Amino acid sequence: MGVFSIFPERASTSAGEVDALYTFLLVVGIGMTALIFFFVFFFALKYRRKSPSDPMPKAIHGSIPLEIAWSTIPFLVMLVMFAWGTKLYFQNYTPPLGDTLDIYVTGKQWMWKVQYPTGQREINELHVPTGQPIKLILASEDVIHSFYIPAFRLKHDVVPGSYQTYWFEATKPGRYHIFCAEYCGTNHSDMGGWVTVMQPSEFANWLNGGTGGSMAEQGQKLFQQYGCVTCHVTDRQGRCPSLLNVFGKPVVLDDGRTVVADEAYVRESILNPNAKIVKGYNRDIMPVFEGQIGEDGLLQLIAYVKSLSTPSSPSATRSKK
Amino acid sequence: MSAILPFASTEARTNYLNVDYGWKSWLFTTDHKRIALLYLFSITAFFFVGGAFAVGMRLNLLTPEGLFSHDTYNKLFTMHGIIMVFFFLVPSIPATLGNFLVPLMIGARDLAFPRINLLSWYIYIAGGIIALTAIVRGGVDTGWTFYAPFSATYSNTHVILAALGIFVGGFSSILTGLNFIVTIHKMRAPGMTWGRLPLFIWGHYATSLIQVLGTPVIAITMVLLLLERVLHAGLFDPSVGGDPVLFQHLFWFYSHPAVYIMILPGMAVISELVTCFSRKAIFGYNFVAISSIAIAVLGFLVWGHHLFVAGQSMYASMAFSFLSFLVAVPSAIKVFNWTATMYKGSVSFETPMLYAFGFIGLFTIGGLTGLFLATMAIDVHVTDTYFVIAHFHYVMVGGMVMAYLGGIHFWFPKITGRMYPEGWAKFAALVVFAGFNLTFFPQFILGYQGMPRRYAHYPPEFQVLNVMSTAGASILAIGYLIPMIYLTWAWRKGPVAPQNPWNAKGLEWEQAPSPPPKYNFEHPPVVTEPAYNYSGEEQEVKSGG
Repeated sequence: MGVFSIFPERASTSAGEVDALYTFLLVVGIGMTALIFFFVFFFALKYRRKSPSDPMPKAIHGSIPLEIAWSTIPFLVMLVMFAWGTKLYFQNYTPPLGDTLDIYVTGKQWMWKVQYPTGQREINELHVPTGQPIKLILASEDVIHSFYIPAFRLKHDVVPGSYQTYWFEATKPGRYHIFCAEYCGTNHSDMGGWVTVMQPSEFANWLNGGTGGSMAEQGQKLFQQYGCVTCHVTDRQGRCPSLLNVFGKPVVLDDGRTVVADEAYVRESILNPNAKIVKGYNRDIMPVFEGQIGEDGLLQLIAYVKSLSTPSSPSATRSKK
Repeated sequence: MSAILPFASTEARTNYLNVDYGWKSWLFTTDHKRIALLYLFSITAFFFVGGAFAVGMRLNLLTPEGLFSHDTYNKLFTMHGIIMVFFFLVPSIPATLGNFLVPLMIGARDLAFPRINLLSWYIYIAGGIIALTAIVRGGVDTGWTFYAPFSATYSNTHVILAALGIFVGGFSSILTGLNFIVTIHKMRAPGMTWGRLPLFIWGHYATSLIQVLGTPVIAITMVLLLLERVLHAGLFDPSVGGDPVLFQHLFWFYSHPAVYIMILPGMAVISELVTCFSRKAIFGYNFVAISSIAIAVLGFLVWGHHLFVAGQSMYASMAFSFLSFLVAVPSAIKVFNWTATMYKGSVSFETPMLYAFGFIGLFTIGGLTGLFLATMAIDVHVTDTYFVIAHFHYVMVGGMVMAYLGGIHFWFPKITGRMYPEGWAKFAALVVFAGFNLTFFPQFILGYQGMPRRYAHYPPEFQVLNVMSTAGASILAIGYLIPMIYLTWAWRKGPVAPQNPWNAKGLEWEQAPSPPPKYNFEHPPVVTEPAYNYSGEEQEVKSGG
């Protein structure tokens, strides 16, 4: 363990930034606490009652300038906290466009299933290289979980029925805790694992360890198995939109809105196709797959749909409601 | 003070305690003072039930492997939370000290609706019995927050009974709030203008507003949860089209204001203690009074800061973060004004004042660590860790329970007509302070190190801090047991208290004997001076509206 520190290990670019902000708040907080403790002790001792017959002190009813000062000055300091904390929050929750390595994480009572686009799958383990932005796409099969990596100072709830994402760039090779931070039932405290941060070359070797086909290939099998292929790629009657070059692009809907075909959109279009119909197509053609396909399968299907788009398209990332 | 009371300090005088005897005279009483005592005893019982669960949790956390099974531990923290929040903290000061003192302080003979006041106690007991039934039949394991879809679909424990208990108990809170609002508006003695109200009353007025406006929302939320669980209504379960985050919005729309229900009465008590033991008028009366209302109003607008990592819009999070900083301002105003009140005062160190010092110190730490949680990038790291647990307990136990104990000691002579043993009381206050800090300070460090809350097992590197915390908890438990013993003793055998042992200002001290008679005052009081007029200065305005 080494020397005791109030800071856990820093293993991502965000860790140092969160710690810097935390240090700022600690300095302000300790300063304020010291100030109040000083005045409480100082007044209590200096003005202590020496004998029960001490005269009644004169009343002091207050001071408007003081009230204004001790409302505004702390508030201005708090505005700094607000601005700094908000900026960092947006930064940590908004993945960079482009070259992220997307890793798909499914939580279920009480394990984490991790899938890579190249087809590797792990349970309660996450392998990532240093120096590359990693985007996590988080799904849950049952209740709410929370994917928490203290060494990166990051977590996000994993909410059933939606995709949540965050991103990080690991900086320091090593093994760090993964915790489930949202209470999820009996074995909540055992729903953890390890992130292994590796040098990029080591990671490349690890990736070459062999798989049963890439995630997109597995998704293609499902695409055939569920019969999606009959309409969505080879359809000649115009009942369903083609999926070629759709992912990450804007889609015009029949109500005139435009949405970006991101992970959340594809997921919704599989589970509940009528929610958003592409302009020019009819409702109630495609069956509803709600409850028919597991979260793993959905992620594989999404990987397949992604693979049908030109590879350079920046992956869409916003899955927040 | 100048009036000579013919019956001062004689056992023979009839008061609200000896006016009649027998269980019927208590269970069917409509006297706000007796109802306050009914609440006092029931709340104390719930405090020790909830405390026993905490003892179980701290024992389990002595070792990384834990002492109990996962399920047992999960039930321990759930029931600790439910009992402490809904059946101790929410009613604590308003239903006991508030019930006893609101009419006395404004010069009324009772609350506006004495029978509704009794009804609220029965409803509280009914809710409590339902919740205890859930515990006796095997407990609940959802956490006191009842997050769906776990609570609605996956938990196989007694969620329905526990939610029903909270639903029922909430009505007692609404009725108490309603009673206080009407009483404060309509039953003030002649001359008791709004600007002369003791700050205890302002604090309870603000609390009552939240109780009346907020509690219906938790009742609705619990009903929706029951609909979801029993009828699979599809409100929160995404597999049938519901939204689990909706539950969190509904839950925190009450439960965040509820923490102000818990802390505002504590602040109300501290304003009385600091002025009395400094012999000074409060510094900045208007600011302290209005800050209570500001907290009550702003408190309704910050619930989303519980959802920074839950998947709500980042822009919504930004607004909630800003409003959360804003609500810190009126709290800070109070702390500064209490401190300034001691300036050039005549400060003495009786037990209630020791608790007031404890409150100011611990609430300051609790409040400042709240800023860490309002800062979104830090909240992402520390939410759902022990940092939150430590913050919450600094405010609720370090703040609220300290104020409660301070208030109980301060008004003990008025309530019982007897004095408590000062030496023991000071000793217990120090034990509570030391035990509290040893219990909860290590949890701030644990939280930033990354230890999640609600963990039955934990990695071994967290053990040292957990052992410290458990050691502190055992000291804290002793600190709570000592007052139980000497206060029980003092109630029967303590020295007889004079009408105003602290030479305090306020109608309850200056105009009502200890203990007060059934209808509080021998003669209806008339108020001619502002609150906390310790210096006895002349009033420029002789009569108010």
